[in-house]
Amino acid sequence: MLNRRHFSAASGLALCAPAFTPALAQFRVEIAGVGATQVPIAIAKFRDEDKTTQALSAIIRADLERAGVFRGVDTSVAIDETAQPVMGEWRGRGADALVAGSVTRLADGRFDVRFKLWDIVKGQELGGQSNAVQPADLRLAAHRIADYVYEKLTGDKGVFSTRIAYVTRTGSRYALRIADADGEGGQVALNSPEPIISPAWAPNGQELAYVSFEKQKAIVYVQSVATGERRVIANFRGSNSAPAWSPDSQSLALTLSRDGISQLYLMSRNGGEPKRITTSQAIDTEPVFTPDGRTLYFVSDRGGGPQVYRTPLGGGAVERVTFSGSYNISPSLSPDGRNLAYISRQGNAFRLYLMDLTNPGATPLALSDTSDDESPSFAPNGRLIIYASRAQGRDVLMTTTLDGKIKAKLVSTAADVREPMWGPYGR
Amino acid sequence: MKSTHLALLAALTSAVLAGCASGVKLDDKPAPVENRSTGGTASNSGANNAGTSQSQVASVDLTKNAPAPASSVIYFDYDSYVVKDEFRPTIEAQAKSLSANKSKKVSVEGHTDERGGREYNLALGQKRAEAVVKSLELLGVSQSQVEAVSFGKERPAVQGSDEAAWAKNRRAEFNAK
Repeated sequence: MLNRRHFSAASGLALCAPAFTPALAQFRVEIAGVGATQVPIAIAKFRDEDKTTQALSAIIRADLERAGVFRGVDTSVAIDETAQPVMGEWRGRGADALVAGSVTRLADGRFDVRFKLWDIVKGQELGGQSNAVQPADLRLAAHRIADYVYEKLTGDKGVFSTRIAYVTRTGSRYALRIADADGEGGQVALNSPEPIISPAWAPNGQELAYVSFEKQKAIVYVQSVATGERRVIANFRGSNSAPAWSPDSQSLALTLSRDGISQLYLMSRNGGEPKRITTSQAIDTEPVFTPDGRTLYFVSDRGGGPQVYRTPLGGGAVERVTFSGSYNISPSLSPDGRNLAYISRQGNAFRLYLMDLTNPGATPLALSDTSDDESPSFAPNGRLIIYASRAQGRDVLMTTTLDGKIKAKLVSTAADVREPMWGPYGR
Repeated sequence: MKSTHLALLAALTSAVLAGCASGVKLDDKPAPVENRSTGGTASNSGANNAGTSQSQVASVDLTKNAPAPASSVIYFDYDSYVVKDEFRPTIEAQAKSLSANKSKKVSVEGHTDERGGREYNLALGQKRAEAVVKSLELLGVSQSQVEAVSFGKERPAVQGSDEAAWAKNRRAEFNAK
């Protein structure tokens, strides 16, 4: 693992602009912020990457920079994974780590992607891999290399090969999309002339639940990511919304108004008869499971304004969780269950906040200074949060580190982008 | 007087509903009714003939209480679900129309302004729609004829981020099913 010795190099870096804007970009990615600890890393151009459709080295660099703990070092040195890099030369270029590799087209049409990672400071090789992938999975191969590098150098699992789901609005057209975690390679899961909200990944990564208004009311659907096959999960009298998966992907918590006011219910992933969870005279909505599946966090206005509460599923008292501010909504739990991200109204601004659930006395931390934040969702390694916001009159997506210091803005030039949800590991 | 009022509102409502179903702009149809009403008032005052009771025309001014294009829309105060008294005629007209035709079914769609989260706003809009449905049921409308649904902040009536726009978006609408 790299550590302490790198960090003086990062001071004074106020803004690191992305070096990467592919021609078919779904998004423009703007990265801003100062990381306390940014490891300078050189990612040489992969041999023959120009013969593919993807700029692998640039994808890897952009991934690592967005994570907040790396800073790309420019290099035009031609080198691949078979080289024996001269450590002194790379030290002279200001790099503490080096990635080099190659892409080779195989007879069956696939590409063999190889790479190696070196710790320049210690002067040693840290490992490498070889993967044969379909041409359509070249971006994925690059993200997996970034994951490998991130894990080797930080000790944490990377999330660059995961995916995000989000909704775009272009005029009066809505689309539910799935893209790589960097916002690239977006594919449409659902096109609709009516609004789509609240996409929710099943923890097994195979299905998405969401709310569609295509029948002129809110109905919860579940759709297979791979086949596009979809089914109605909840279409009861009134509104059906806010789906959240249990950790085992077998059931959903959701909000139904079939008994007169929005309350929480539990249903099988195959539909059927809902089991009522809350019985209040107020709005209860936006349920989310704890990682152990035993408790639901949710939003209720039973105390007047909306606040975050939690209720054990096995029976027991409902507890209030948020206390500061008169309007706290959209809870999201970190994968380890230790942190709660939510949106809090401060004056006229709706802002992303983080609460340390292991330290109830601590003051919640504002992670943004924007005023229209919505829908936070944790990356599966718990190191980043994706959320929706507004910038220059557009709905945009943002990612932030948990200290709020490094942010990436994902701006689409053609559409309003909203309702992000970070998918699980694996595809 | 009251029944004239209600009948006119009912007529307007069905005109608006018809407009909805055919995709015609909502303000196209009720406009002539509004003009005729103002025209009547103008010729009345022009004749200046208060004594001739046989020529007296009772004028209904739709511009004063419930604006014509909005006759099937109920507006709410910020963070409120209370159906205000000024919308009682709208509710009564809907109730009358539904009671007169038991096969008729409507959705009451609740909406909110753009501020705050999508899901919480969906629940707020639902609460507004439920409040309107309750008022209809108190007037004898059968539960099977009305369904309260919500679009939250997803379908604003007007664009804009000021109080004027927000006030127009905090509403419940009646839509034929």
